[in-house]
Amino acid sequence: MTGPSSRLPAAARAIVDGDRRALARTITAVENGDPSVDRVVRSLYRRSGRAPVVGLTGPLGVGKSSLVNALVGRLRSLGQSVGVIGVDPSSPFTGGSVLGDRIRLERRADDTGVFFRSMASRGAAGGVAAATREVSRLLDAAGFDVILVETVGSGQVDVAIRDIASTSIVVVVPHLGDEVQTLKAGLFEIADIFCVNKVDLPGAELAKRDLAELVTLGGRPSGWAPPIVGTSTVEPTGIDELWNDVVAHEKFLDSSGERTRGERKRLSTEIVGLARDHVGRELTRRLERDPSLRRLLDKVVARQIDPRTAADRLVRGRRRGR
Amino acid sequence: MAKARVAKKTPIRVLIAKPGLDGHDRGAKVVARALRDAGMEVIYAGLRQTPEEIVRAALEEDVDLIGLSILSGAHMALFPRILTLLKEEGGRAIPVFAGGIIPDEDARRLKKAGIRAIFGPGTSLEEIVSTARSLARRSA
Repeated sequence: MTGPSSRLPAAARAIVDGDRRALARTITAVENGDPSVDRVVRSLYRRSGRAPVVGLTGPLGVGKSSLVNALVGRLRSLGQSVGVIGVDPSSPFTGGSVLGDRIRLERRADDTGVFFRSMASRGAAGGVAAATREVSRLLDAAGFDVILVETVGSGQVDVAIRDIASTSIVVVVPHLGDEVQTLKAGLFEIADIFCVNKVDLPGAELAKRDLAELVTLGGRPSGWAPPIVGTSTVEPTGIDELWNDVVAHEKFLDSSGERTRGERKRLSTEIVGLARDHVGRELTRRLERDPSLRRLLDKVVARQIDPRTAADRLVRGRRRGR
Repeated sequence: MAKARVAKKTPIRVLIAKPGLDGHDRGAKVVARALRDAGMEVIYAGLRQTPEEIVRAALEEDVDLIGLSILSGAHMALFPRILTLLKEEGGRAIPVFAGGIIPDEDARRLKKAGIRAIFGPGTSLEEIVSTARSLARRSA
């Protein structure tokens, strides 16, 4: 592409033109917070926002990686290219991790229509990494038709995928708990689609019934009633239906105006978060050099002033200083 | 060179894979676990990977290092193929180390071909971790 793409930084142009090594390296730099790719990331934003971002979340061991593999197969058979991010936890003790989502991936080694990237959560809570959103945008700008994001095996409050995905699939298996579990706040609130995986196991009908009852108690505020799909990846079952439900939800987002509403909300959260980080970093940098922190600290230790007052003074000092 | 990485403490990314058809992955898992505990991000690609799949994974995951485990005896066919493919893909050379049942004579030839380190049975995990770390640092 000439014209607009010729104004892109070289690495950004390479990514847009399908250079997978450039994509892979830029992802590493984004994960590492490397400032050298700042311009690349900024310049590619405008080229994102086309591909649906489909999140798969749910407790560990429910079969998310196998479902991702099955969906990749389905999408390839439809002629669509797929970028996948598989997030696994980092150790809170050593920072190390074993990223094992890739192990389920079956594709021809020469199929350039699939790009799979494993990502460690690196201390972020909520089920995804801090870099996941920006990396999903890079995959989008690189031209993949669909982006799949597999979260860390989630607990009840790991709902950060909601801030990244246009469609969130919550994956469960039979016998995870009784119907009261489905009423609890958190994970079950974010489902655009419920997927009961391992539907070949006993108890699957009950699990589907419990979820169906949950949905009848009231759908999402948008008016969308999450469908419930039974799937299995052993004897592939329900995969086409699962993808059809994703497509239906994406259509609903467009026809209802929910896509724009959701985007505005997500982007507002992102901008405020980035601004907060920026101000926080600035404050930290300033305080490292600021002797008044030590004086305030002395006063707080001596019980002459309280920590809240000290913090107020630090922030006021910052405003005066600018 | 390696300084920037050390200063920013970004984790080393390493791909652990088993080329060929043997199903004995305990060694690969023990090594993956040890590298994890040393603070590395280990992409575990698992069993029965073709050289093409391994090289593809290494490039997509942008790893600093590749570790191969093999017990089938097919190392003289598979390892050079992996090195060749890596070279063909151009770009920076990703160091490759290996472990498994590899006779000394083969190990000498594989090292000459470009496998950077080969660990036989009984190698301590400390040695594997420190070798992996220095190979990754040098390539960074």
